[in-house]
Amino acid sequence: MSFPKILSANWGVPDNHHINVAMSRGQYDVAREVLGGARTPDDITAEVKKSGLRGRGGAGFPAGMKWGFLPKNDPRPRYLVINADESEPGTYKDRRILENDPHMLIEGCILASYAIQAHACYIYVRGEFWHQQSILRQAVQEAYHKGFLGKNCFGSGYHLDITVHSGAGAYICGEETALLTSLEGERGYPRLKPPFPATHGLFQCPTVVNNVETIANVPWIVRHGGDAYSQIGKYVVGPDGRPQVDSRGTRLMCASGAINKPGVHEIPLGIGLMEYIDEYCGGVKGELKAAIPGGSSCPILTADEVRSVEMTYESMAKHGTMFGSGGLIVLEQQTSLVWVLHNLLRFYSHESCGQCTPCREGTDWLYKILGRMLQGKGTEDDLREVLDIADNMEGRTICALAAAATMPTRSYIQKFREEFVSYFVKGGRPVDRRGRYLHPVAPVGAAV
Amino acid sequence: MGYSFSPETKEKFDVLVTRYPEKKAALIPTLWLAQEELGWLPPEALAYCAELLDLAPSKALSVASFYTMFNLKPVGRYKIEVCRTLSCALCGAFEILDHLENRLGIRVGETTPDGKFTLMTQECLASCGTGPMMQVNGKRYFESLTPQRVDEILNSLA
Repeated sequence: MSFPKILSANWGVPDNHHINVAMSRGQYDVAREVLGGARTPDDITAEVKKSGLRGRGGAGFPAGMKWGFLPKNDPRPRYLVINADESEPGTYKDRRILENDPHMLIEGCILASYAIQAHACYIYVRGEFWHQQSILRQAVQEAYHKGFLGKNCFGSGYHLDITVHSGAGAYICGEETALLTSLEGERGYPRLKPPFPATHGLFQCPTVVNNVETIANVPWIVRHGGDAYSQIGKYVVGPDGRPQVDSRGTRLMCASGAINKPGVHEIPLGIGLMEYIDEYCGGVKGELKAAIPGGSSCPILTADEVRSVEMTYESMAKHGTMFGSGGLIVLEQQTSLVWVLHNLLRFYSHESCGQCTPCREGTDWLYKILGRMLQGKGTEDDLREVLDIADNMEGRTICALAAAATMPTRSYIQKFREEFVSYFVKGGRPVDRRGRYLHPVAPVGAAV
Repeated sequence: MGYSFSPETKEKFDVLVTRYPEKKAALIPTLWLAQEELGWLPPEALAYCAELLDLAPSKALSVASFYTMFNLKPVGRYKIEVCRTLSCALCGAFEILDHLENRLGIRVGETTPDGKFTLMTQECLASCGTGPMMQVNGKRYFESLTPQRVDEILNSLA
């Protein structure tokens, strides 16, 4: 399928992170025009609404609509906050934007800030991205020196400050309200919603929080028009006149696990997941067993489901999973899914912020029970217990981290129950240090 | 009080504190400055950072202890952190970890007797396509590791 590359067109261009190189191909032209009076803020929001761009951080919420939620005629300052706390296991796409095209992100920040009339924008980058932060900080400095940021952006009289803010190691700070709490100088605890950040966000002021990739699309959309963007991808209107499929544009996918060519690829939404694996990732290494389509918080897909699912928000939902953050992890036949789930539950147990009891205790219990199963000390009762604990975690916490642990857990057990049951023998089923079965077939005597 | 910023760091602090409408928001960047100078955050540094921002020392400890990258105890000259989350684990993170433990003669969480290396594990560091990986001193990423590559890296760290 032929489609314009929006986000990755200039990756690999030498010195692309320097402003003169970026400007030589037109970066900042649109922002200069817009701030010069060519377009009103509402125009920009309308263009982004028209494009159908949905948030690329995980939830997939329409970006333009999010901007439209800020209260009108409110005297408080407004803030744009960019979520660059990329930490969802399997995800490494925003990192590539920060490294390869920071000025695309900065121009997106200028346009989005103007659209919501924010005069301060914070880019919250995970602390581990020390290298990416230094590239971004330098790019921001360059934009200040050119007069694109500061008291008088492009000589237009518009005032915008961008600050790169470093996190310090906490997965939960990718959750938007936790990110805001952290940005305010606190422990990164999520907040109850409502009130939503649109009315009570950073410093209790109206705030939009967007993912890096989402905002990096904005300069292209404003330059080429929302219609041009919405031509890419898949959009199907049903008989009732409402969209049945609303997955427009391109998105960055990051592939890892049992594939021949791991990497970040820009794809048009709507292609098949298997097509993506075969054409972009060099195919499956080994025999396909299952895949996690959008980061570790997404329910798992069986091999058959991988073959039938399309890369749209809707098709993912129909298959009982989510598009999430675009982090695809492919698993092959020899890999133990009990080992995989144990690995991920340790992650969630480690990353639970501890604020809500069901999540703080629940993630740890799940991790411990899976550890017991892995050692061959599990029973059918444990499987029931796991599902029961999951029921008591979901919907009983402030944020979605508990669900991010329980939804995958439930899907692994429902779709691969026999494999879990095959562990209920003395000693379990031995695996190597990469989670691969030493004996591909379940040992004799396993109760299946 | 036993600690204060060098004039150069103080200058950085004076700039960054102007970037936020509330002073408290500068706490994490301020803690970073202190850790950059000292390699870890002793109680004197926490108290000093808190004082600069008109906060109680306990506030600085409460915040610093939430984030895994702040060292509340001294670490070796090189803090090596190996990602152990799924994508890295599938392509050999635990083999790399075993190799590091053998080579350094310490277990995860320990520091070599000469104070040179501390070995830790980390959760997903967004190197999923280039695993296994390790990060040194919270800064540099070393990716697509093999045991041989690990040896070369260790030898190159003076």
